[in-house]
Amino acid sequence: MKVLVPIKRVVDYNVKVRVKSDGSGVDIANVKMSMNPFDEIALEEAMRLKEAGKVTEVVAISCGVSQCQETLRTGMAIGADRGILVETTVELEPLAVAKLLKALADKEQPQLIILGKQAIDDDSNQTGQMLAALLGWPQATFASKVVLEDGKVTVTREVDGGLETLALSLPAIVTTDLRLNEPRYVTLPNIMKAKKKQLDVVKPEDLGVDVTPRLKTLKVVEPAKRSAGIKVPDVATLVAKLRNEAKVI
Amino acid sequence: MVALVIAEHDNASLKGSTHHTVTAAVQCGGEVHVLVAGANCGAAAAAAAQIAGVAKVLVADAAHFADGLAENVAEQALALAGAYSHILAPATAYGKNILPRVAAKLDVAQISEITKVDAPDTFERPIYAGNAIAYVQSSDKIKVITVRSTGFDAAASTGGSATTENVTAVADSGKSSFVGRELAKSDRPELTAAKIIVSGGRGMGSGDNFKILEPLADRLGAAMGASRAAVDAGFVPNDWQVGQTGKIVAPTLYIAVGISGAIQHLAGMKDSKTIVAINKDPEAPIFSVADYGIVGDLFEVVPQLVKELG
Repeated sequence: MKVLVPIKRVVDYNVKVRVKSDGSGVDIANVKMSMNPFDEIALEEAMRLKEAGKVTEVVAISCGVSQCQETLRTGMAIGADRGILVETTVELEPLAVAKLLKALADKEQPQLIILGKQAIDDDSNQTGQMLAALLGWPQATFASKVVLEDGKVTVTREVDGGLETLALSLPAIVTTDLRLNEPRYVTLPNIMKAKKKQLDVVKPEDLGVDVTPRLKTLKVVEPAKRSAGIKVPDVATLVAKLRNEAKVI
Repeated sequence: MVALVIAEHDNASLKGSTHHTVTAAVQCGGEVHVLVAGANCGAAAAAAAQIAGVAKVLVADAAHFADGLAENVAEQALALAGAYSHILAPATAYGKNILPRVAAKLDVAQISEITKVDAPDTFERPIYAGNAIAYVQSSDKIKVITVRSTGFDAAASTGGSATTENVTAVADSGKSSFVGRELAKSDRPELTAAKIIVSGGRGMGSGDNFKILEPLADRLGAAMGASRAAVDAGFVPNDWQVGQTGKIVAPTLYIAVGISGAIQHLAGMKDSKTIVAINKDPEAPIFSVADYGIVGDLFEVVPQLVKELG
C-alpha cells in the first residue's frame, strides 16, 4: 500500500514574524524556514505504518518554490522513500494545492493520504478536506489515533469536548492533530541517505492545474496591541481590583 | 444576496457557535437562512427559527446526518448552494471539518476564521498565530467562510420568527461511518462559551497539580484551560488547549497560572476582556498582555486567591 504525505515549507514555529511597513504582507526574507509541524506528525505516522508492515511506500510531496526541495530532503531523511516537488513561484492557496495533490493522487494511486491539519503560516485548515472532496474520498480530520486494517482505516479524532471515532473505507484522507505521535529526530546517516533518494520536479502546467489565486489580500496589518497592565503586590489587591476596577467578579 | 449558515448542533440543541455565525452572516448584508442537517433534529431546528435575524430554516432530517459526518453534511449544503451568495459555518472542529469540502466542490476559495466583515466581499482574518491581520477580498461568486466566534457577538436566541422548510435529504455517502464518541463529562462550562477561564501551563508541573486550580474554577464558575506546553507534557487532555492550534477564547476574565505566554498561546486568549497572570518569573511574556499580574509561586498564590474570594 502506498501513502502520500504532502509537506509544506513554512516560517519556523519559533520565529515571530513582522508585518512589512507597506502593509503588503509579512516579512519572511532571511527568516528560518522549517517543515510545518503538523506535516512532520503526518510523515511520522506514515513511517510508523510502514515500519509496522502495513504500508510499502511513503511518498512526500511539496508544492511551492524550489527551496521546498530542502523540506523534501528532510522528509526523506525522516524516512520517505521518494519526493515530488510541484515547483511554482505563485503564492498557492489551499484550493490550488488540493488540485495539484489530486492530480498527483490520480497518477500515484495511493490508498491513504496523510496531511497536517493546518499550516502554521496561513492557519487555513482546508487542504485535506478540499482534497478529500475533489477525490470523492472520505476524511478523518484532527486525528489522534490511526488504525489501518482489514481494508479500512479507523481514526480517533480530537473534537470539541472530547474524542470521536470514525471508520473510513479506503482510499481515504487523514489529517493530523498534535497528539497523534511524537516525530523522530533526523539522524546524520539518514540525512546522507536522503541525498541519494529520488526527487522529481514537476510544474503545475504538467499536471494541467491552474493555480491562479482566487483571493486578493488588500493589506496586512499588525493586530491591535494589548497594553501591559500592572503588577499587584498581593492577592488582596488583586481581588479588590477585579471587583472594583475591572468589575469582572 | 442571501447567506446560508450551516448550524452546529447535537440534534437536541444548537451550539452557541451557531449564534455567533448568524451575526457574521447578517453583516454580509442580505437575508440569512440556516441549514440544520441532523437526525430527529426538530428541537435544534425550532431553536434556529427563534434566532433573531434568521429568515428561514432549512431542515434535512435523515439517519445518516445523526453524527455530523463531513461527507454527508457537505453534500447537503452543496445541494442547496446555488441559491446563496455566502455560505458560512463556525470555525469549530465541526465547521472546519465540513466547509472546505463545500468550497472545493464549488471551485471557490474558502476564507477561514474571519474576525470581521468589512464588506460583503471583504473580510479580516488573523494569520501567523494572530501576529498579523490580513484583509482579504474574494471575487468568487459564492463566498465560503468559517467564522471565529470571538470576533462576533452571539445573535439573540429569541425574537426571531423564521419559516421552516423541510428539504430533501441527500443520500448517505457510504464511505465513512460513525463508531463512537467519548465526551469528557464535566459540570464546568464549555471552554469557548465560558465567561471566566482558569488556565494552567507548564509551571503547573504535573497533571495532579492541576487539582489546585479546581477550587478556584469552582468558586468562579469557570471553565478550565491549558497551554499547549501543558497538553504536550500530558498534564491535561488536548481539548483543554487554548491557543493557535487549540481553542480561541475571549472570556470576560482569563486567569493564566504558570503560563509563560508563548505567542501561540497569546493568539488564543489575547482578546479576553481582563487577563490576570500568576507566574514566578517577572520577565514572563504573559505579563506583557496581562491587566493584573502577580509575581509569585502559584502553589501559594492560588490557594490564597481562593481564600480571599471567600
